[in-house]
Amino acid sequence: MSDAAPTIGSMTDDICAIALRKRPALWWRIAILGAALLTALLVGAIAWLFYAGIGIWGIDWPVVWGFAIISYVWWIAIASGGTFISALFYLMQVEWRTSLNRIAETMTLCAAVCAGIYPILHLGRPWLFYWLFPYPNTMGVWPQFRSPLLWDFFAILTYVTSSILFWYLGLVPDLATLRDRALTRKRQVLYGALALGFRGEDRQWRHYRAAYGVLAAIMAPLVVSVHSIVGLDFAGAATVGWHSTEFPPFFVFGALLSGFAMVLLLIVPLRRLLQLEAFITGRHLDVLSRLLLLSSLLVGYAYVMDVFSVFYSPDEAERTAFMAKVHGSYAPIYWATILFNIALPQVLWFRRVRLNQPVIMLVCLAVIVGMWCERYTIVVMSVRRTALPSSWGDYHGTFWDWATLFGTVGLFLTGILLAVRFLPVISMFEMRALLAKRPNDGGGT
Amino acid sequence: MPAIFRPSANLAAAVTLLALAGLGVGGVALWWLWPRTDYARHVRWPVGQPVPFSHEHHVAGLGLDCRFCHNSVEVSATAGLPPTTTCMTCHSQIWTNAAVLAPVRLSLASDTPIAWNRINDLPDYVYFNHGIHIAKGVGCASCHGEVDRMALTYKASSLTMQFCLDCHRDPGPRLRPKDQIFNTQWQRTADTASPAALMGEYHLRNGRRLTDCSICHR
Repeated sequence: MSDAAPTIGSMTDDICAIALRKRPALWWRIAILGAALLTALLVGAIAWLFYAGIGIWGIDWPVVWGFAIISYVWWIAIASGGTFISALFYLMQVEWRTSLNRIAETMTLCAAVCAGIYPILHLGRPWLFYWLFPYPNTMGVWPQFRSPLLWDFFAILTYVTSSILFWYLGLVPDLATLRDRALTRKRQVLYGALALGFRGEDRQWRHYRAAYGVLAAIMAPLVVSVHSIVGLDFAGAATVGWHSTEFPPFFVFGALLSGFAMVLLLIVPLRRLLQLEAFITGRHLDVLSRLLLLSSLLVGYAYVMDVFSVFYSPDEAERTAFMAKVHGSYAPIYWATILFNIALPQVLWFRRVRLNQPVIMLVCLAVIVGMWCERYTIVVMSVRRTALPSSWGDYHGTFWDWATLFGTVGLFLTGILLAVRFLPVISMFEMRALLAKRPNDGGGT
Repeated sequence: MPAIFRPSANLAAAVTLLALAGLGVGGVALWWLWPRTDYARHVRWPVGQPVPFSHEHHVAGLGLDCRFCHNSVEVSATAGLPPTTTCMTCHSQIWTNAAVLAPVRLSLASDTPIAWNRINDLPDYVYFNHGIHIAKGVGCASCHGEVDRMALTYKASSLTMQFCLDCHRDPGPRLRPKDQIFNTQWQRTADTASPAALMGEYHLRNGRRLTDCSICHR
């Protein structure tokens, strides 16, 4: 790769070369092996779950929501950040988005798939998941339309479907480029079929841009709706610590925080490994770090309001549950949440830190772990200290809980690795438009 | 560079998309309609039995009451199947050498019940109780159909949850006077007490509790 500023031609060459290379790099082969092993663990854990039932998990009375719900919320939040970058910043015509949107959308898709697995596994009889769907059935009953849990089903279904469409539609012109540059017949047919006959005609471009704009306009509010409804899953229940109007925006803030953290966590190593430094520059890291800091402050505000509403309310049960949260046996998890999500990201106030890649990686990793701890606090703490002391209990994840969690991490990584191997990691057609606009580049091929 | 796809690829793409759409629509239709068919629910399928017992002959022909054989139906969850000795009330005297009754005689001799094959089977998570239905004015025929017209016994109703709920949501019109419960041919006439009156007579009040989950699922 040349050190000079990329031109339209060199950019297309470089990005296509990554997808079209015959033999993947060593790091990729090692990484996919690890990811595939973890995915195999997930398959094993799910198979055992189907056979033995959810008794293999740690959930029981009174803590009936455990790892499945924690990890579901965690993944769907990570997914949201990607959509936020690709859809909202597209509508706002932010140019730096062009280098990131493909990776961000791929991350959204993989995370949303991981998230979607959990609620189905959590059902107890997962093979009857379609009962959630309101169809005229022989049981003569309908789902409870007033329950946020049903809205959640629709929100996730809509979100996953639109994410796939948005991601795929964004890929079509680039798949056409790959089709034209593929060296083997097999690749030509594969990319050609996926490109759906896109030839770059004027009429096709016109329709394409209209469709993409409409999808982006649909996706941007979906980020907010999907995560508000996840918040309502909790707020809708008259449970100590959950029954709060603060939850929907609080969950959206958390989604932005974990989404930005995961995007950074992916692009910092990927730009090195795939030599994308010319496209994903220090400026991108700087902007994303600022967004991370902002969303960390928003989440911090939500934490403060959480404390405020507990002590503003006259409810003794709320206070007891809160004290158990900050002072009880699980207090380290609460304080880890505060440390990882609020305290640590404050280092990003300094520009030097924002450009220090190892430090950014550490902060992002801490945020990802911190957000998981936050959901652990929300899900487990409230139901183990309910308003009725006689039904207090405890909760611990079992081996199968952890296996499922790390299994979905493997599934996520497998998806990301396959995408960076076989698809263009940067949206080439948008990058071409961006490069053409540069004054001293001239847009030559 | 030669073209990657021949012109026929356009047709192949269109056919593939149409086939996928057709598969989707057809799949949904099948998934929706199939469980409603009599075939899927085994309705009107005579089930093979060790002895080809005819309800038509014994009930319509000889005039036996349902309770002569199914004697726990008024007081118990299950209607009860008769022990071999009930059959032998008559068959120790008549048709004593009939080949078709050989399994009955063998059952008595070896002291082993006849292994009848089940016709109406509810899932194990449904706690159906015959006694309460009889006590509250639901006739046998409401679920089992005209058993006295069945030469070989078969399932007369789908027995889906929808079937149960149709009645539980609006029991009044399906109730009958106490003396007509075992009459499989009974029809509501102009003289029959109104649904509301029957609801009152059986103390069902507004019947709202009948759709509580725990009425059938414990």
